[in-house]
Amino acid sequence: MMRIRDIGPAVSFTWDGKRLQGQVGDTLASALLANGQRVVARSFKYHRPRGIFTVGSAEPNALVTIGSGAAQDPNIRATVQEIYPGLEARSQNRWPSLGFDILAINDLASPFLSAGFYYKTFMWPRSFWEKLYEPFIRRAAGIGALSGQHNADHYEKAFAFCDLLVIGSGPAGLAAALEGARAGARVILAEDDARMGGRLICDNALLNDAAAGDWVDAALAELAAAPNVTLMPRTAVTGAYDGGTFGAIERVGLHLPHQPELPRETFWRISARRAILATGAIERPIAFANNDRPGVMMASALRSYLHRYGVAAGQQVVIFTNNDDAYASARDLEGAGVQVTLVDARADAVAPAGFAGRFIAGAQVCDTRGRMGLRAVQLRHGDGRTEWTRADCLGLSGGWNPSLHLACHMNGKPQWDEGLSAFLPVPGMVPGLDYAGAANGQYDTAACLAAGQTRARAALGDLGLSLPAAADLPKTPQAAARPMLPLWQVPGKSRAWLDFQNDVTTKDVALAARENYTSVEHMKRYTTQGMAPDQGKNSNVNALAVLADVTGRSIAQTGITTYRPPFVPVSLAALGAGAQGAGFAPQRFTTSDAASRAMGAPMIEAGLWYRPSYFPQAGETHWRQSCDREVGYVRNAVGIADVSTLGKIDIQGPDAGAFLDFVYTNMFSTLPVGRVRYGLMLREDGHVMDDGTTARLGPDHYLMTTTTAAAAQVMKHLDFVRQAHCAQMQVAFTSVTEEWAQFAIAGPKARGLLQQLTGQALDGADWPFMACGPIALGDVQGRLFRISFSGEMGFELAVPARFGAALFDRLCDMARDLGGGPYGMEALNVLRIEKGFITHAEIHGRVTGFDIGMQGMLSRKKDFIGKAAASRPGLLEDGRELLVGLRATNGSLIAGARLFTQGSDAVRTADQGYITSVAYSPTLDASIGLGFLRNGRARMGEVIRVKDHLRGVDILAEVCNPVFFDPEGGRARD
Amino acid sequence: MLYLECPYCGVKGEETEFHAGGEAHLKRFGPGSSDQEFESYLFARENPKGVHFERWRHVNGCGKWFHAARCTASLEVFGTYSAQTTEPPKAIKDAISAKRPGWRWRDFS
Ligand SMILES: [Zn+2]
Repeated sequence: MMRIRDIGPAVSFTWDGKRLQGQVGDTLASALLANGQRVVARSFKYHRPRGIFTVGSAEPNALVTIGSGAAQDPNIRATVQEIYPGLEARSQNRWPSLGFDILAINDLASPFLSAGFYYKTFMWPRSFWEKLYEPFIRRAAGIGALSGQHNADHYEKAFAFCDLLVIGSGPAGLAAALEGARAGARVILAEDDARMGGRLICDNALLNDAAAGDWVDAALAELAAAPNVTLMPRTAVTGAYDGGTFGAIERVGLHLPHQPELPRETFWRISARRAILATGAIERPIAFANNDRPGVMMASALRSYLHRYGVAAGQQVVIFTNNDDAYASARDLEGAGVQVTLVDARADAVAPAGFAGRFIAGAQVCDTRGRMGLRAVQLRHGDGRTEWTRADCLGLSGGWNPSLHLACHMNGKPQWDEGLSAFLPVPGMVPGLDYAGAANGQYDTAACLAAGQTRARAALGDLGLSLPAAADLPKTPQAAARPMLPLWQVPGKSRAWLDFQNDVTTKDVALAARENYTSVEHMKRYTTQGMAPDQGKNSNVNALAVLADVTGRSIAQTGITTYRPPFVPVSLAALGAGAQGAGFAPQRFTTSDAASRAMGAPMIEAGLWYRPSYFPQAGETHWRQSCDREVGYVRNAVGIADVSTLGKIDIQGPDAGAFLDFVYTNMFSTLPVGRVRYGLMLREDGHVMDDGTTARLGPDHYLMTTTTAAAAQVMKHLDFVRQAHCAQMQVAFTSVTEEWAQFAIAGPKARGLLQQLTGQALDGADWPFMACGPIALGDVQGRLFRISFSGEMGFELAVPARFGAALFDRLCDMARDLGGGPYGMEALNVLRIEKGFITHAEIHGRVTGFDIGMQGMLSRKKDFIGKAAASRPGLLEDGRELLVGLRATNGSLIAGARLFTQGSDAVRTADQGYITSVAYSPTLDASIGLGFLRNGRARMGEVIRVKDHLRGVDILAEVCNPVFFDPEGGRARD
Repeated sequence: MLYLECPYCGVKGEETEFHAGGEAHLKRFGPGSSDQEFESYLFARENPKGVHFERWRHVNGCGKWFHAARCTASLEVFGTYSAQTTEPPKAIKDAISAKRPGWRWRDFS
């Protein structure tokens, strides 16, 4: 291996810690080849030494780790990674080193490691799986590893739109893109490679009697100058989806020294009215004994390394082919001074003109030698005679597979073409996607150019664009290829590899067939053929041809496995770009947020909202101390809580009352103006959706509150009922949750505080329990509701949100003067459990009004959503789990615990119910909770068993009324 | 990707802007309906491979519900229209007939 021509200035990089020189324009693979690095990886299962096999995206062997620390990227294809100054590359799946790998012992154990080995060996005992088998397999059979650290690298998602998406920039793609550019269409030309041109920049072919690269440069210059064309190099189209959508991954910063501001990769969603698949074809190898040695490569790759990278991959090269294309590799290598032997499996083959090396027709390569790098190749001549010949490099060409993967992403099945011995795409597999060039089985350059032009013109014509006359295509040399000879495997005793990346051999496929995994999908899963990161790009067709052979079927009958996105590996970081940390979900903040945080309150998430958990004070060492103190504020003085997160829906119109009557189980059209009523809302299936209070602000004006958790769901429900069931009603509503800041002022001193704040008496005659109305705070017009979620004398005061922060500060100051202060979610929860008020812990979607003891709220006089279902006998029958209170007789209750009759076994069949909410009640000095118990309302006073199998709780509790404190409700009234 | 046009605000968006809401044109049966009517209203749904009518909501937009006629196999959208209708408008039916001659869905064709 050596560099025979410089391609650019020197670049220094490291390989396994060793400093090496490459050149600008090199991939890691070409630079390693130029440096004589033959072994670059260890194989997946057998830890066999492996070298670079291909030149492009389909590389199965050369997976490496790039970078170090948190940002290290495993399983990067060395053939895709461009080198840059300071690039840090490491080999993987070896220990202690690439040259000496302990687990290469697996290779000697290969008779035991055949297909299905894991299924057969690690079946039992079951308990061994997690502790023994899986860790062993993960260590032994592996590829690269992540760092395990948080990666702060920047990734992006982006959208693009075009009339014509051209996928691939070889002759067909360039011809297609030029047509689109000239027709004025919005064109995107996407190319996986860093450089555009496809095989035109990898061969020394001629166009218009000059180097093909000249024509490519001119074409790219024209495209780059066209304002309607976007060139996207380093962008692999990864999937074809519905509606003309394509996924694509762009390597934005992976080829450059690390720059924090530059995304590493961008995941694109490209919406294209039409698309042309011009992805070319992938050369396929041939299976024979020990065909996986370092130095065994694809014949076309040898040519690419020579012309594009100036690297000769060997000094003594054998080319083994069944078709004419590899002749170009033989000729070009010979022209570069390499000694070449050309072995053609076709008996009637004749040596290419001007080829001076040894030419053998009707022969096959049947074995190789050289564990750490190819040393010799064994040939079997047509007469059966064998010979060993020295070689440090072997180029294989078993024909070509069109890269039709994207065409199959929407369930389309490609068709086997007997003449080409290849699967071809069928028209219409993906709506709007057409095929041109080698991807469609058109292998010669003239045909590619013509197809690109014709198919693009057809697509543009479909879009109604007026097309200029078709320009002349560049002149190509005459080429007449003779037919290939299908050749998938050379018979032999030793292992012959199909899938290099997953270590699947022809024997594995034969074994799968013997064990009756004869369907191609079963064979794939049994052997893991085609399931590695390369997804079998080099091996799938060969493997099914071998399967067809051993099962005595044709390839067409055998069929092919399903192609699925993504076409190349896509990092999860790119797919999930932006959705980590604070970008994971929107954040909603109340107007008291800053003040609460300033007081040291830990914030907890409530949906998208953040609410204070409690407000710690000096000397408090445990949240319970703060919580108990805050409960005391409300029970004995006055507490302030921000309740703005509850959903608020403003409902107006002459039919507002009738609409509410239909969505609530109880009546609202009869509610007097200036009054508030508690309402229960069901789903049509009779189960509780939400609850809350609704105030009548005027004859045609209501304000509904929802729980924080269900605000969006209720809004969606109201919109639906309004549009689908109440289309004739004159009613309109809108969410005003964020327009109003609302604070609960609760406790025996609540009225006193508000008198002081508003200068009004607010006595029981004018402001009885459940009254509401406007209230002035100086110039600010607010709303006051006399409602209580704590069971104490309570008000909720709402002001336009811009006054919220100031009002909160003021309320907290006034409360402190009265011996109270702010209280958080913990105290709020204790207060409501003491009163038996439900939240979505109780109305979790599987309970009815009957279950929570509110059957009386289901009006008999009118229809409402959920009425018919709620009156079904099955939802009212004996034995349902009903809401109860629970008071621990020993220990502490725990939410999620199951309930059992005392003395019964704590097993599923004896289950009697469960606990939904628990609290330590400082008011009652008891551990109390709410839960659902079979026939619970008839079991008051019973002592039952509370068991939490997961957390090891097993205690007793007394069943009681869910209203633990002030059951008559006198404290909230005057 | 699925593209839908909200008939209320006129915005054309991709699928993440919308939520699917089940089958369209269900006639509500409430109290007093027969067991069979109620059961079919609450539970019985079409599951066609081909032409289908669905409810969608422009959840990350105007918030309104609307109806969409589309093909469950190809995901092709024939049209979207108001939720305040008990059957698809003629223009939608014609658009479907042009592409799926002889289509049938519940009582519509
Ligand atoms: Zn809309």
